[in-house]
Amino acid sequence: MIYLITAIKAAVLLVVLLLTIAYITWIMRRGLARFQVRLGPNRVGPFGLLQPMADGLKAFFKESITVERADKLAYWLAPILTFTFALAAFAVIPVGPDGWVVANLDMGVLYVFAVGEMAVYGVFLAGWASGSKYPLLGGLRSIAALIGYELALGLAILGPVLMVGSLNLQDIVLWQKEHGWLIVYQFPAFLVYFIAALAEMSRTPFDFAEAEQELVAGFHTEYSGTKFVAFYLGELGHWVVGSALMATLFLGGWAAPFGLPDIPVLWFFLKWAVFIFLVLWIWASWFRTRYDQMIRFAWGVLFPVAVVWFLLTAYYVAKGGML
Amino acid sequence: MSVMALAKALGVTLKHFFQKPVTIPYPDAPVPLKPRFHGRHVLTRHPDGLEKCIGCSLCAAACPAYAIYVEPAENDPENPVSPGERYAKVYEINMLRCIFCGNCEEACPTGAIVLGYEFELADYRYGDFVYTKEDLLVDTVGSKPQRREAKILKKPVKLGFKVPYVRPELEGVKYE
Repeated sequence: MIYLITAIKAAVLLVVLLLTIAYITWIMRRGLARFQVRLGPNRVGPFGLLQPMADGLKAFFKESITVERADKLAYWLAPILTFTFALAAFAVIPVGPDGWVVANLDMGVLYVFAVGEMAVYGVFLAGWASGSKYPLLGGLRSIAALIGYELALGLAILGPVLMVGSLNLQDIVLWQKEHGWLIVYQFPAFLVYFIAALAEMSRTPFDFAEAEQELVAGFHTEYSGTKFVAFYLGELGHWVVGSALMATLFLGGWAAPFGLPDIPVLWFFLKWAVFIFLVLWIWASWFRTRYDQMIRFAWGVLFPVAVVWFLLTAYYVAKGGML
Repeated sequence: MSVMALAKALGVTLKHFFQKPVTIPYPDAPVPLKPRFHGRHVLTRHPDGLEKCIGCSLCAAACPAYAIYVEPAENDPENPVSPGERYAKVYEINMLRCIFCGNCEEACPTGAIVLGYEFELADYRYGDFVYTKEDLLVDTVGSKPQRREAKILKKPVKLGFKVPYVRPELEGVKYE
């Protein structure tokens, strides 16, 4: 019985998540257009709301080309990996009290990290298996970025986890419901986490793995049709899941702020939207860094800050504060 | 400080986010044109209804693209078409050759040929781009394809532009 309920929950989540990601393309295109004082897609349906459907339909009818020099197995595996693991991370994020999470894992944060890192394999495999120059460069860059941001990302999260004393995301939300948002207690950790998460989602200023201007499309240059859609949605899925995670970890997840009534999905959705917008805003505003600059920044600034903050938090918790 | 610069960049984009988009969704919304825009030609009339064109062919001589063909004829003194001795029996402009430079307008001694504002001239056949006198005289609103479409749909011609004012050279021209 419990398996059945979980399966139904997972199916519902998957459908909602896919729809969200499809509509994220609409939000992205309309939003970026507004930042550039344009209108964006508004021809298909009212306000262009059917545009994602039209795009999806178009992509599925396109010829799915397999490059001759590609390593067939890895070439086909890569988009599936990216897509699956990008979505899988959402399973542990609670959108409401008790029942509103697919898998209430005790090591939820750890799971998110493990799954998130698996998605990088997709990118790297795609770059390597395409048998072409630009994808290879894109794949290498994504690995370089991984070396840079991964440590900071992991260390930044340790502060909040120490404070709450649990890796369970539901517990973290409940703790914040009681004590207030972690962004207040853990602001430096939030900053480090946010910057590293931008790199993890490969969004501006760290979107060098798919840098359109230099690398055509980076790792997915040689992909078309359905396989390209898998990559595209996977990339956007990172954005969606990463934003949801930040909302959960630092803004109190589904718990209502300022003593307002708890409505399961609503507050989570609003906090989620804040981060979606923030990433879009940065996307529309900033430049792209070189990957060596990014690594230097990650190791020279983010890493020390995260370590120092982690030690301070550990000291504070060890002295018996906030537990 | 570079952090200040980054914050400033965010401020600039946010300011633009709340601005009205500059995009004009053209067929749905009219394109704002400047009063001196060079569009489709108009053959104007005197206030008494006589055509200004006297069939002198100076416009054809001035035309760098050889787009204009004029065939003059003697006026009937009883029932004149234009106030002079002669009038243009045939007046044709090939809109595919025309470069909309306005030399014809400058060459015209009576101010008969004037460049108007209509620009929606796209059509399907080469022959349809030759605009005759009937297509160019002031009373005609819309290009040939526009009028053809309006005739089929039984709707008035819809012009896709707006101008702050119609310049005085376009005497008697009314854009709906």
